[in-house]
Amino acid sequence: MSEFLERRGPLARLREPTFWGDNAALIGLIIIGVAFSLLSPYFLTWGNITALLVSASILVVLATAQQFTIVSAGIDLSIAANLPWAAVVFGLVYNSGLGMVAAIIGAIAAGALVGVVNGLIITKLRINDFIATLGMLGVMSGVALIASSGQSFSVFSGFLQTLALGSIGPIRYFYLIALVVVLAAHVVFRYTAFGTHVLATGGNRDAARNMGIPVDRMRIAVYAINGALVGVAAVLLVARTGGADPSIATDELLSSIAAVVLGGSSLFGGRASMIGTVAGALVLTTLLNGFTLLQVSSFYQPIAVGLVVIAAAALSRFQQ
Amino acid sequence: MSTPSTTSATPVLAVHGLSKSFGAVQALLGADLICRPGEVTALVGDNGAGKSTLIRCITGVQSFDDGDIQFNGKSMRLGSPTEARSRGIETVYQDLALVEDLTVWQNMYLNRELTRGIGPLRLLDRRRMIDETRQRLERLLVNMPPVSARVRRLSGGQRQSIAIGRAASWGSTLVIMDEPTAALGVRERDSVEKLIGRLREDQIAQLIISHDLEQVMRVADTVWIMRRGATVAEKRVAQTTREELVAAITGADQVR
Repeated sequence: MSEFLERRGPLARLREPTFWGDNAALIGLIIIGVAFSLLSPYFLTWGNITALLVSASILVVLATAQQFTIVSAGIDLSIAANLPWAAVVFGLVYNSGLGMVAAIIGAIAAGALVGVVNGLIITKLRINDFIATLGMLGVMSGVALIASSGQSFSVFSGFLQTLALGSIGPIRYFYLIALVVVLAAHVVFRYTAFGTHVLATGGNRDAARNMGIPVDRMRIAVYAINGALVGVAAVLLVARTGGADPSIATDELLSSIAAVVLGGSSLFGGRASMIGTVAGALVLTTLLNGFTLLQVSSFYQPIAVGLVVIAAAALSRFQQ
Repeated sequence: MSTPSTTSATPVLAVHGLSKSFGAVQALLGADLICRPGEVTALVGDNGAGKSTLIRCITGVQSFDDGDIQFNGKSMRLGSPTEARSRGIETVYQDLALVEDLTVWQNMYLNRELTRGIGPLRLLDRRRMIDETRQRLERLLVNMPPVSARVRRLSGGQRQSIAIGRAASWGSTLVIMDEPTAALGVRERDSVEKLIGRLREDQIAQLIISHDLEQVMRVADTVWIMRRGATVAEKRVAQTTREELVAAITGADQVR
């Protein structure tokens, strides 16, 4: 925040329209949380909070992956196919007896490889991010089906069970991993030269190039990181579901973009807010969780999610 | 060439007989230019006279066909703007190359970030960059914006000043500015001109492209006039008038 805001009191900050735009997701999360806790006594129990955090974890990791591309003024639609692809690679490597470490490395490498290909298509062939990753969405969904012969298959492992269900005290490993990913991304954006260069690349590509930042390399790197994080999400997904399913995960794609936008990052790039993105992912998950508690038909859930995204976008018009 | 000038020190920049053609179009036909240390040199001329092409050749954005560019007495042929920067030649283009969503200090240190720590754990030294940006800009700018504000919140004049302040840091010996006050109001233009004056006191050579002849008379020491791809005159501001400059720009001085 600018010093100019810091000098005023907290009440003055509340009157700034940018405050509401910048913190739309966090404010939304609080409102939704209060509403559900009034409507359902079960909502604020530790059991439900844990369930909520666990079910938000994969989305949080995917939204972090999406955050990297969106900050660079790109977008990754191929997430929906990269996720099952990395899950299939993970399952195949593990089931072939190479061990858990090799399987995890395989999943992350498979995801990162797709990211690098995305980055190369975008920078070397000069193809718009949207089109390039839309193309890769198709390609990778086919590749995932071929690699798995179109069948979902089980992956049994004690390690995965511990990952999905184990905990340190009351803290579950599952969302701890998501938290580590988020903190790492936050440090990258806020405290590293690399992160600043990514922000500059997304905020004003010509200016970044002018200052000697290798813009194309930055964009390839961003897609590589995105892909690697999708690999991490794939490991979590297999741990949660107990198997690898090659079919495409469009829900996760839309939610990952929605979470980032809810979090106050501009789709035009240049702004990153990890707190916002996490809050965005939690808003989406909390809506589903609360509706389930209130026994609202699942048919209404996507409507509510869609309306929340539009409301957040309307609020973010005050951002500048 | 009229009124060759005084100072004997090696020029920061000396361009001789530069020519450049794009296909059949001769953009430069033997352009000369000299920038002396601690002086403000203005480059004037009508649209299409070749000012921009000349600047792009000097800063390595464009190659040239023939001629010679000497920087601090040594011939050089730059391959890229990055190479120019590494030799202390900074250019402030009209688009300013600022990232609006980054703060003043982040823009100041863009791609020159100070870090501490070792290996992959090198983190930004935010405190030091913020402090040093404040110190540096406070000395140069009349109307100092908060260094932690995003550039998006600043006025046109503040942005221009920050772009110039950034270019003049990092031990640069020549700062080139393309129409530094074209889009500014009177007060903001005034503060940018003060900044130019302060950089002159710091002995930084400046080359300014400007259409505003009153401004040229106010801030420059020497004026080079371009017409149809060639430099047609060099004038000391102290020994010329606005009317003489207009005549040289339009070619009216040749008719007589």
